[in-house]
Amino acid sequence: MPVLTYRQALNEALREEMNRDESVFCLGEEIGRFGGSYRVTEGLLDEFGPERILATPISELGIIGLATGAAMTGLRPVAEIMTINFIMVGMDQLVNNAAKIPYMFGGEAQVPIVVRTPSGAGHQLTAQHSQVLEVWFAYVPGMYVVAPSTPADAKGLLKTCIRDNNPILFVENVLLYNDKGEVPDGEHIVPLGKAAIRREGDDVTIVSYSRMVNVALQAADALADDGISAEVIDLRSLRPLDMDTVLASVRKTNHAMIVHEGWRKYGAGAEIAAQIQELAFDYLDHPVQRVTGAEVPLPYAQSLEAAALPQLEFVVDGARTMVGKR
Amino acid sequence: MVQEARTDRGSALSLPRPEEAYRDMLRVRHVAEKAYELFLKNYIHGTMHLGVGQEAVAVGVAATLKSGDYTLGTYRGHNHVVARGAPLDACFGELFGREIGLCKGKGGSMHLTSVEHGCLGSYAIVGAHLPIACGTAWSARLLGTDSVTSCFFGDGATNIGAFHEALNLAAVWKLPVIFVCENNLYMEYTPIANVTAVPRPAADRASAYGLESIVVDGNDIEAVYNVAAKAVQRARAGEGPSLIEALTYRQRGHSRTDPGRYRPSEEVAEWLERDPVTSFARRLENAGWTLDELARIEEAVVAEVEEAAERALASPPPGPEELFTDVFCGSNTSWRN
Ligand SMILES: Cc1ncc(C[n+]2csc(CCOP(=O)(O)OP(=O)(O)O)c2C)c(N)n1
Ligand SMILES: [Mg+2]
Repeated sequence: MPVLTYRQALNEALREEMNRDESVFCLGEEIGRFGGSYRVTEGLLDEFGPERILATPISELGIIGLATGAAMTGLRPVAEIMTINFIMVGMDQLVNNAAKIPYMFGGEAQVPIVVRTPSGAGHQLTAQHSQVLEVWFAYVPGMYVVAPSTPADAKGLLKTCIRDNNPILFVENVLLYNDKGEVPDGEHIVPLGKAAIRREGDDVTIVSYSRMVNVALQAADALADDGISAEVIDLRSLRPLDMDTVLASVRKTNHAMIVHEGWRKYGAGAEIAAQIQELAFDYLDHPVQRVTGAEVPLPYAQSLEAAALPQLEFVVDGARTMVGKR
Repeated sequence: MVQEARTDRGSALSLPRPEEAYRDMLRVRHVAEKAYELFLKNYIHGTMHLGVGQEAVAVGVAATLKSGDYTLGTYRGHNHVVARGAPLDACFGELFGREIGLCKGKGGSMHLTSVEHGCLGSYAIVGAHLPIACGTAWSARLLGTDSVTSCFFGDGATNIGAFHEALNLAAVWKLPVIFVCENNLYMEYTPIANVTAVPRPAADRASAYGLESIVVDGNDIEAVYNVAAKAVQRARAGEGPSLIEALTYRQRGHSRTDPGRYRPSEEVAEWLERDPVTSFARRLENAGWTLDELARIEEAVVAEVEEAAERALASPPPGPEELFTDVFCGSNTSWRN
């Protein structure tokens, strides 16, 4: 199987879908000649021309609004927002329009758009360039939030999202673009709403998504040295949320921990923990744990930024404490 | 700021304190050069957007402002904060992420701020600070001060909704604000002309909203000073906002990692020929300053910048407790009684 970076896998998905379906087009800032901020659309302008690789002005509201209208009338737009921090400028279109049009109009219209954008911190880009905001969108009925953690999923999920008929926020991660992994050639589809068990284990369930899955896997390695067997679940999407996979694991391990980069209160972990206690309360040997980013705007100084992000030790120590092996 | 007597040789120039303005231009330039050097040596992390080549805009406008006037800018904001007189060691300290930094090392290059010097922030969401500038201008109105707000932004910002809302708010309420578009021809990498249907992205729109709309050579500090002085006067007199579109050029790439190769080399050469700092030096020379005098001014500035960077490097990083300070502000409960 070919080995691709996360970035190349996304590029391949876009190319394949644009070749397969003429109604697919991309729009966004600097996505043409420059291939986008993170070079995901590299080469596509030459292949598909400036009308299907539409380089826009700095107009996030315009981008998502235009995508919405185009989607209502037969196209399948894939909008790129340079980073999730700028999506707030266009959020009104996504939340008030795209996510509500099918319901509000009684099923008269559909809005099959994908809004791709990277989330996350780690480059000392500070408060307005380091946010993890996808959970806001997962709160909204009428749209999906998908967040692949591997190159194979990046390709398979993006292809699925482009074919889906709902507005979808497709969350990439700034620190994953160079990650490499095996990616199936050609038609590779990953179903929406099916979590992946990245590592099987019996003692503790660690639930995560996007880049934090890697941290959870590293923690599982460290825990294995202590004789603790951790099961790592990659949610792949926050909505649809595959609680069946999570619950089955918790019923087996009796210990649940959620790891995510975003802020703690009202974060994804809060929803998952609530559902675990609603649906598997009797199976829990310990309160559900959360390891998250610190509740601050991301600071610049290297030491402060590092302290604001979820650390591997927190996951390892938390799991040890939970299963009673300190 | 030192009051400089207006000498005969200065009378050929419109700037009231030409030597001070030249010193400010050099400060801005050498801070950028030093920052560039230290970025390469890995003292500055993340990203950094230099305004090399655009100095005359920041300094020319700042020369028209007085204490109590406000300035807001973008992530490409070093020039404006230095031009308003923020201490250089604290500027460098912020770039290095040190305790001494303007924002205690929490904001970094994109967010230099010095309220004491009228700088109410550098903002990294394109266009977002234009409505904020309307707010600082509105407070001058309500509080009855004669404060004028200057708000700097790029050509790319003229295509975002906030620009259009802010211009209308300022015009309809005759707010004491000057919008200064630094049209450096490019957004990140794409020419603004590719995505804008009018030739002057800021000025052509401003007149439609009812603002006094001015286009000026942004590499000519005197020209910038002249139009800004008039705009500030209008604003202070309650005659309403202006928009100045300053035509200038970013001599470097968009951010530190961008070599800027997409720019035609003739274009780069042409604009380097019109470098605002050397052009101003030439004009001072014609007005009577000797080359020797100008060189001494520059030497002094270079020494000042070097010392400031040294002081900043000697400052420690912020302590771990800083992670959680300033998230919320101290509560004021007096209103309860
Ligand atoms: C709302 C928003 N969209 C996109 C970006 C990413 N971005 C940062 S700078 C920039 C280009 C801005 O160009 P311009 O306004 O001309 O300013 P210049 O950088 O030339 O000073 C872009 C697109 C952003 N910071 N904010
Ligand atoms: Mg520009």
